[in-house]
Amino acid sequence: MKIVVPVKLVPDLVEELLIDESGTALDTTWLSLILSEFDDHAIEQAILLKERDGAQVTVVVPDVEGADDVLFTAAAKGADRLIRLVGPFEPTVNNHALARAFAPVVRELQPDLVLTGVQAHSDLDGPVGPQLAGLLGLPYVGYVAGVRVQGDRCLVRKEHPGALLAEMEVALPAVLGIQAAEEPPRYVAFSKIRQAMKTAAIEEWPVDELDPSGGPAVRRLFQPEVGERATMLEGDVDEIATRLVGILEELGVLA
Amino acid sequence: MHQEIYVLVEHLRGQVAEISYVMLAAAQELARGTGGPVVALLLGHDAQALAQDLAADRVLYVDHPALAEFTPDAYQRVLADLMERKPPRALLLGETSVGADVAGRLSAQLGLPLVGYCRTLRADDGTLTFVSQICGGRLMAEGELPAPTALVTMIPGGFKPEQGRSPHPPEVIPEPAPSLEGLRITLKQYIEPEEEDVDIAKAPILVAVGRGIQNQDNLPLAEALAEALGGVVCASRPVVDQGWLPTTRLVGKSGKRVRPKVYLALGISGAPEHVQGITDSEVIIAVNTDPAAPIFDVAQYGAAVDLFDLVPVLTEKVRQARSAPALAAA
Repeated sequence: MKIVVPVKLVPDLVEELLIDESGTALDTTWLSLILSEFDDHAIEQAILLKERDGAQVTVVVPDVEGADDVLFTAAAKGADRLIRLVGPFEPTVNNHALARAFAPVVRELQPDLVLTGVQAHSDLDGPVGPQLAGLLGLPYVGYVAGVRVQGDRCLVRKEHPGALLAEMEVALPAVLGIQAAEEPPRYVAFSKIRQAMKTAAIEEWPVDELDPSGGPAVRRLFQPEVGERATMLEGDVDEIATRLVGILEELGVLA
Repeated sequence: MHQEIYVLVEHLRGQVAEISYVMLAAAQELARGTGGPVVALLLGHDAQALAQDLAADRVLYVDHPALAEFTPDAYQRVLADLMERKPPRALLLGETSVGADVAGRLSAQLGLPLVGYCRTLRADDGTLTFVSQICGGRLMAEGELPAPTALVTMIPGGFKPEQGRSPHPPEVIPEPAPSLEGLRITLKQYIEPEEEDVDIAKAPILVAVGRGIQNQDNLPLAEALAEALGGVVCASRPVVDQGWLPTTRLVGKSGKRVRPKVYLALGISGAPEHVQGITDSEVIIAVNTDPAAPIFDVAQYGAAVDLFDLVPVLTEKVRQARSAPALAAA
């Protein structure tokens, strides 16, 4: 079985997000990027399938800052092939452009399964997975938390609201949007990543042009109005706890 | 220019999802700008009754056994066929396990632009504007709704679902289904949520933990506070994904919607997927070290302190407060 995991990097929300002078885009000068959380789950699910059923796992990432770290970390976890798309990628490249850049790689590799993160927080133009499926003419199921491969089909558990699961049978090849891997993404020690840096090879895949059409143009990017923000309780921990107890008493929940 | 505003009605097991009504309310606003009708798209089998409270000018109803329950392949084929034969100005879908499965695929297949995470739509002077909430609720992106036909996936929060309901049943017009032979995705079964020890949807006091709880060993801190308050511990997605609490305790888009008297959020940043589940709470109190965390935008009270410092002190004070009246009475 062959599995391809195309991943993207997103702004790290632990850092402050600054808007550039145009007022329409993120200021990328100090922007730090990390692997999208759901893509981390997609990589984990691929490795779990490899361990269970045997598979060749290929991780593909666009060439932005941090791409090599993502690939070497994936290798340390068990990914077999590492591909970096080399082209004019900006940190804020949209998903229509990304999906079009991933599509030829997936076509060439002819995987049985393509696993993507179900969403990323920066998906202004929708997640990558369904678009990739549309470009390749493959079926797509998202919100997946559980995959079993059986011959030329797979059984997936899809999460609906209210903790309701739908078990669906999907003909392969297919694209799945992973909500959660069956196990939490594993931790790998830095020594293993360093070892991967020495032994694993990154293949480069040239992308001449990016086509972002299909993503909306942004006229204004702004922080949400903070008119109705919480009343912030100040003081030391003891004072705050005392205020909170007072609030809870007023609400009548301490009776 | 096309004028119709389409809304994909989402339903699972005979229940119309709330987001459908939110989208119908949004569609009414867009229709004000286009002068066109609001058209609800209902895909199902023997499901016509689901149309009766939809606030739409009309309902296009596609009936087929393969549409009895949602599967992405069948929905996508029906919608692609409709969009090609009768293109609207916009098709609104939920940013949900239903809508998001088909919107992106339609965008790629039909070459239609797609706006995701959309919270608000406006029609001002003939210009249709979207406002999307991105980066975990930290940023809003505003722009003109792409023409002539746009796909939009919507999150709740910008429109009231009541505006999408109507006491007057709309006109229902049958639409033919395209060929649904050889579907590549089939529903085998639904699996009910596991038997629950507690139902967080009914709990009056919830102590919720997020990524800030850091590891499983710290959960007893939250449990002690919940016990002191007579409440229950619940969680946001990262905690459940780690397996520290069962999915029955998950609050948010893929978990439960809760409506407690008090929702105490500990170490939760307030990503939109979580916030969707808590907006019916009477009072939200948030504790997070990051004063810019979006959770403080929905909370009534907040404290930008370390939960590990605050929670033990708060637990003790709550215990004292609850035992004090009893002592006084004695």
